[in-house]
Amino acid sequence: MSSSNDQVKQSPRDIVFKARDLAKVYDMGEVKVQALRGVDLELYSGELVVLLGPSGSGKSTLLNILGGLDTATSGRVSYHDKDLTRASDRELTEYRRYYVGFVFQFYNLIPSLTAFENVAAVTEISRDPMKPEDALAVVGLTDRMNHFPAQLSGGEQQRVAIARAVAKNPAVLLCDEPTGALDSKTGIVVLEALERANRELGTTTAVITHNADIADMADRVIQLSNGFITQVDTNERKKPARELYW
Amino acid sequence: MLNRKLRRDLWAMKGQALAIALVITSGIAVFVMSLSTLDSLRGTQASYYGDYHFAEAFASLKRAPESIRGRFEEIPGVDHAQTRVLAPANLEVEGFDDPITGRLVSIPDHGQPVLNQLYLRRGRLIEAGRDDEVVVHESFAKAHGLEPGHQVTAIVNGRRKELKIVGIALSPEYVFPIAPGSIIPDFQTFGILWTARTPLEAAYDMEEAFNDIAFALRPDAQLEEVLNRIDGIIERYGGLGAYGRKDQVSHRYLSEEFRQLEQMATIYPVIFLGVAAFLLNVVVTRLVRTEREQVATLKAFGYSNASIGLHYVKFVLAIVGFGVLGGVVAGTRFGQGMSAMYMDFYRFPYLDYILQPYVVVTAALVSAAAALAGTIHAVRQAALQPPAEAMRPEPPAKYSVSIVERFGLRRWLAQPTCMIIRNIERQPVKSLLASLGIAMACAILMLGFFFSDMVMLMMRIQFGLVQRDDMTVTFVEPTSYRVLHELESLPGVVHGEAFRSVPVRLRSEHHDYRTVIQGVQQGGDLNRVLDVDLQPIEMPPAGILLTDFLAGLLKVKPGDTITVEVLEGQRPIREVTVAGLVQQFIGLSAYMDIEVLNRLMREGRAVSGAYLASDSLLEPAIYSALKKAPRVAAVSVREKVLRNFHETMAEQLLTFAFFITLFAGTIAFGVVYNSARIALSERSRELASLRVLGFTRGEISFILLGELAVLTFAAIPMGYLIGGVFCRYITTALETDLFRFPFVIQPSTYSFAATVVLTSSLISALAVRRKLDTLDLVAVLKTNE
Repeated sequence: MSSSNDQVKQSPRDIVFKARDLAKVYDMGEVKVQALRGVDLELYSGELVVLLGPSGSGKSTLLNILGGLDTATSGRVSYHDKDLTRASDRELTEYRRYYVGFVFQFYNLIPSLTAFENVAAVTEISRDPMKPEDALAVVGLTDRMNHFPAQLSGGEQQRVAIARAVAKNPAVLLCDEPTGALDSKTGIVVLEALERANRELGTTTAVITHNADIADMADRVIQLSNGFITQVDTNERKKPARELYW
Repeated sequence: MLNRKLRRDLWAMKGQALAIALVITSGIAVFVMSLSTLDSLRGTQASYYGDYHFAEAFASLKRAPESIRGRFEEIPGVDHAQTRVLAPANLEVEGFDDPITGRLVSIPDHGQPVLNQLYLRRGRLIEAGRDDEVVVHESFAKAHGLEPGHQVTAIVNGRRKELKIVGIALSPEYVFPIAPGSIIPDFQTFGILWTARTPLEAAYDMEEAFNDIAFALRPDAQLEEVLNRIDGIIERYGGLGAYGRKDQVSHRYLSEEFRQLEQMATIYPVIFLGVAAFLLNVVVTRLVRTEREQVATLKAFGYSNASIGLHYVKFVLAIVGFGVLGGVVAGTRFGQGMSAMYMDFYRFPYLDYILQPYVVVTAALVSAAAALAGTIHAVRQAALQPPAEAMRPEPPAKYSVSIVERFGLRRWLAQPTCMIIRNIERQPVKSLLASLGIAMACAILMLGFFFSDMVMLMMRIQFGLVQRDDMTVTFVEPTSYRVLHELESLPGVVHGEAFRSVPVRLRSEHHDYRTVIQGVQQGGDLNRVLDVDLQPIEMPPAGILLTDFLAGLLKVKPGDTITVEVLEGQRPIREVTVAGLVQQFIGLSAYMDIEVLNRLMREGRAVSGAYLASDSLLEPAIYSALKKAPRVAAVSVREKVLRNFHETMAEQLLTFAFFITLFAGTIAFGVVYNSARIALSERSRELASLRVLGFTRGEISFILLGELAVLTFAAIPMGYLIGGVFCRYITTALETDLFRFPFVIQPSTYSFAATVVLTSSLISALAVRRKLDTLDLVAVLKTNE
């Protein structure tokens, strides 16, 4: 067990996110889709959480609300003292800019920028960022940093996305199906990068997946189904990402 | 099923589809407007000429006895010869003090003439035996508010005569009523009046004689041969040379005007449709690319390539269809408006507005063909892709470090700036085409305004550098040089310079041209001749100066010898050396020193008229003195000519410029708006990703709109170049022996074109900015292209 994990346990009650009775209804014209039906949740500083659930369970909606990409229909969610439910678009932009790192299923890199520049694009607009080369070193891509996305494999692209997300020294790292478009071997390399970022930088990390095997690497596993949290488990013993298999 | 998709695709793209349809509408509208106006005017002209028996050949002479008339009809090919008396007159209308030049034309004492019949608008023809009745041309009547029952005074041969207006009429001979030597019609100061033959003969000392003759020819007549035979007869009666209908002043102006209209009717729509086709190409290519998965799915379901291809063809044709429909409707309306404007200018009795089916069919076919040619590549791509390949997401686009950065500028550039540069560089052809589209719009905008630049410059040269006199006096016939001293002694006349003009036919080998030689006083300052660099030149002591365009027609250069056949007096034929070339924008004259010309004519110091510089306060007194002088045929006053020009031509030019600007503005907006919208849909995923990463709306707008701004700014100089080429082409295409235009594009035209393009860009940018503000951040993260 590493020292950073000890750190987590020493200050376990420092709450980063707090959600109460969170609900989200998508108005699709004639039909209304209830994506979240009253969710209560806390995320703690430095922990790695896996949100597990089948598609349609509401996990992406939850992550989007936490990340300031979407707003809840009712209930409250706060980041430290900041009430995200009442924030304006400008405040949400600022929140994403300074506090949140995102990793997406399809990487969403800027094709016209090299790996280094994709990271630099974010560090240029943040306060107190890492050096782009340092962030790329965390994901093990120092030697590929002048490549354009088209010259990188899917796994490499996703690791650039992780470097880009952590380079601003975000308070939280939100990952939506980060291995969803990758084969298992590449997926594990990506998860190792996430694990390392979480461990070395102490960034609170939430990973969404429908792949139950990934849950073994988390501090806590939160299961969602049909818009509700159905179960929360704490892993007594986290498995390193490299030991995962699916 | 696919048809429903088609409707929805169109609806989803309604903004862009509308912008493209408007571009097509603009192109077609110009096409339909110009061609239908042309057809209408030509159709009207043909039926009018036919119905009212417009003569096919003409001849003027000094005086011949009526008894020789029969000899003309013996000429093979001549069907009918109609003699008549034409008399120049000065006219007076109550309440109008300026000098009015008139032409009295005889008609039979009773009834219509056989040729050049009158179309009676109001009133009646002259009653038999009345010597004080007159029928007035409608343009003159309208300009002075004259009606049957009103009076007009004519001074013929120095004798005043009160005439009673009994009718208002039009004639195929004077569709374009223009005073001899004028360049633009002035309906107020030039009038055509028809009177009975017998009293006019008496007033003009032409008893049992005539001085003008019109001919109807048989269908098999050889025009040149007939004209030579006519010249042979009238030579000894002071014949001034017979000419065919194509040299008849009114007809010639009409032909030139129609020819210019025809040029417009080809150049403008070609440019407009070209731009529209380009736009369609870009939009459809893009649509197909974003639809590749849908296409693949449809194919996986078993839709054939043909049916999918047909789907996109329908899509394109639907937009073209709307565009064509709008263009035909708008073009018809504007065409009617424009025909009406021409009707005001040319005096046709009626207008048959004709929209020929071929115009509509051509418009539709050309647009459809242009659009389909533009989309065929994209459609093929959509139809030929194997479904499995099409369903896979597109790999990330390939980029590389741009040239700008390789020059070491990299570290000065922030990432968003880099994105702009690399995007432009990655697809240089696409960027160039996008820029080119905007450049085309800029170029078209110049076409509308440059036209008036050109005419204005021509007028400035003509009235600033060439014609500097306050008044031009023309005599009925060549007169002794002494008359100049009489003119100079009139109170108010500061200075006078004599001129001699001699009608001639210039010949060089088998090329010939009918014109006048202007004899100019050495050292004259009131009417100067300019060299090809627009510098005033002295008359050479020997030889002849030719307008450069005329030298081109005759295929001669300085130093060559040409044959001058004089068409009046003794009709001498002389060989003369071309001493140099001169620049002239209106008409095609030849110039000689007046004394050299007098010698060539074997006459004394004769003059045809004089240019006067005068004291403007005393001008009315000068007019009234000149009106009483029997030998004075016409007086034209600089101020009046200029004012009249600004009133009549300015209206036409502004109307034309307005239409062109309207359409060009539409195109500019259509191109820019579409470029921006296409860029937006191609880049929305990338921009949304940046928004998610914390970029503000302003920052992502910079990336997209910055690219548009770069393309727009690059487009403007490119547009200037293309516009310059178009303008030069039009200048050359409009060159005729009546008018040539100096090529010029004023700074105001450049800045106007740029302003419209930039304004369109700004509006498009704002529209796109609004879309950027409502970008769906969540949706783009879920889809893979």
